[in-house]
Amino acid sequence: MSDAAALAVAGILGVPALAAALLALLPDDRTAARLNALAALATLACALVLLAHRPPPGPFLIVDDLNVVFIVLGTFVGFTTSVFSASYIAHELEIGRLTPAYLRFYHAMYQTLMFAMNLALLSNNIGLMWVAVELATLTTVLMVGIYRTPAALEAAWKYFILGSVGIALALFGTILVYLAARASVGEGLDAMAWSVLVERAHGFDPALLNLAFVFLLLGYGTKVGLVPLHAWLPDAHAEGPTPISAVLSGLLLNVALFAVLRFKTIMSANPGALAPGPLMVSLGLLSVVFASFMLYRRQDIKRLFAYSSIEHMGIITFAFGMGGPLANFAGLLHMTLHSLTKSAIFYCVGHIAQVKGTQQMSGIRGLTVTHPLLGWGLVLGVVAIAGLPPMGIFMTEFLIITSSFAREPVLAVVLGLSILVALGALFLRLNTLAFGDPQGSAEPSKASFAPLFAHLVLVLAAGIWLPPALVAWFQHVARLLN
Amino acid sequence: MDRLALDVAHLFAGGLVLVSFLLLYQDRMTGLVNTFAMHAVVVSLSVAWQAYIQEAPHLYITAAIALVVKAFVIPLALHRIIVRLGIHKTIEPVVGIGLTMLAGIGLVALSIMVMLPITAQAGTLAREDLAFALSVILLGLLMMVTRRNAVSQVIGFMSIENGLILAATGAKGMPLVVEISVAFSILVALIVIGIFLFRIRERFETVDIHLLHEHRGEQP
Repeated sequence: MSDAAALAVAGILGVPALAAALLALLPDDRTAARLNALAALATLACALVLLAHRPPPGPFLIVDDLNVVFIVLGTFVGFTTSVFSASYIAHELEIGRLTPAYLRFYHAMYQTLMFAMNLALLSNNIGLMWVAVELATLTTVLMVGIYRTPAALEAAWKYFILGSVGIALALFGTILVYLAARASVGEGLDAMAWSVLVERAHGFDPALLNLAFVFLLLGYGTKVGLVPLHAWLPDAHAEGPTPISAVLSGLLLNVALFAVLRFKTIMSANPGALAPGPLMVSLGLLSVVFASFMLYRRQDIKRLFAYSSIEHMGIITFAFGMGGPLANFAGLLHMTLHSLTKSAIFYCVGHIAQVKGTQQMSGIRGLTVTHPLLGWGLVLGVVAIAGLPPMGIFMTEFLIITSSFAREPVLAVVLGLSILVALGALFLRLNTLAFGDPQGSAEPSKASFAPLFAHLVLVLAAGIWLPPALVAWFQHVARLLN
Repeated sequence: MDRLALDVAHLFAGGLVLVSFLLLYQDRMTGLVNTFAMHAVVVSLSVAWQAYIQEAPHLYITAAIALVVKAFVIPLALHRIIVRLGIHKTIEPVVGIGLTMLAGIGLVALSIMVMLPITAQAGTLAREDLAFALSVILLGLLMMVTRRNAVSQVIGFMSIENGLILAATGAKGMPLVVEISVAFSILVALIVIGIFLFRIRERFETVDIHLLHEHRGEQP
């Protein structure tokens, strides 16, 4: 039993690491893209094993109810993105935007990123988690700058600087948590093991924990993309290859949020410490309000959806900050559905930008006429992300607003209004993008539609019927987060 | 712990804050890089002293890496870049030097006022070390904010890393992180130089081309 689980954990970390090494050596691009997808599929299979079997927590790695959700979601989106990436990259090679040498580098980095994210999610040691998040940051920096255009390098630079400052603050917070724990747990690995920290948190010095949490929230919050620390996010999404935008929005932001949640649990376990909720609620709400208004001024289609990611990460942070079984449940589900929807939108946007040869929205019109599948895919994606029924995000947003309405009516109203503002902006853009007289090239796209519609179908299904097992599982996790 | 050991530890940690201030008012690239090398020397001395008084031999490795990489290799590389790109005079502060120094003093006062009261349980050594480390981190952030130039930003970031190393070694018995963070600081530095080289070279080319096109009334 536990052998299978240990093997699965080894697979989740080992397969991407091996694949990264192999892809760095393989010269042929066609096999490389396939191998990339295959490795992602193998990782997903290992992650699914964890649903049934779990290894006991060790000093470095842990599998618990919370991170299983993130790992399964992460490896699934990682796999679908690798399938999308194969067709996206083929086109980039054709038009010569990427050379085979850079492509090899791209695939190796993709798997390294998967490894880093899985390690961050699986780690039981807060130092190891920090290292993994840092590794994920560095790989994405390199991938954002891969086109070597001035704009891409500028975006990579900005991301690198802001991301490193965030990560530096997070390390300081991590050191402070260790200091707080050392007094009661003692020196050594135990004082950094998350499972030990949560159990013993009630005895920690509250003042140290408070300061640590402020640093951790600001540090990892930078990576979540919370306003006012979000400046890197739109650039990084817009200038890098689109599969990376999908992975950034769908996965990396979640990983950073996961780190915040881990520390929030420690804070909540200490009676003397500051309540982490209000801090997260205010940062989350600020992000939602800011991003929903900024949506109106966007010209670039990838930037538009990057701002939408800031908005949704704000909603999720708000929900977790509110706390309580219902809000946590809704936050968790919203995070899952947002990952699926946003990556689907980026798959769609990636092909659209390739077909039209531009990311400027002024150059894209009437998609449903020229490219019905892409056009309607985009329409469905935007309907989902804007939070309209029957898609799943409608339900989670509804749950978040109603559950917070009982406790903080003013905040709930502000949240609801901002979501409506964002909806207005998205539909304003969608109207010209998808309908009206076609503009730009009408040549058919060699897109792979399977990942796009697989995600959208899942989001739609979640809006109509959630399997009771899933509900029970998420409810259980939501209670744990309290 | 005997008095002298503590005093020397404070001397090095305080010295690091002082060198951070020196970094703030450099107005020449070469001076900035040399001051950063000094920053790295002080941090490695500080770490080595911690290794000695805590009887933690693995910290000597950290000290050695900080010394070799940050005090020699990176400054030399930066010097070469500066000469090659001919940017040795271009430090453009966003805020005036005087104002930056005042802000720096404010930040040091802030970090001492924040850290000292709450770290009462953490032991004398960790206490002052953390206050100094936070000062170095905040001064590094200040430097990154007040400078436009890429090299100054990188140096600001590396001084933040030095502050983090100081904090990590001050937290007695902290496992893993020192070694790993040093390994990462090397990686970060490599990437910085890589990105930086590409960035400057390709940017100048493109900017020039762009200007040419505009002069001819064309968009590239």
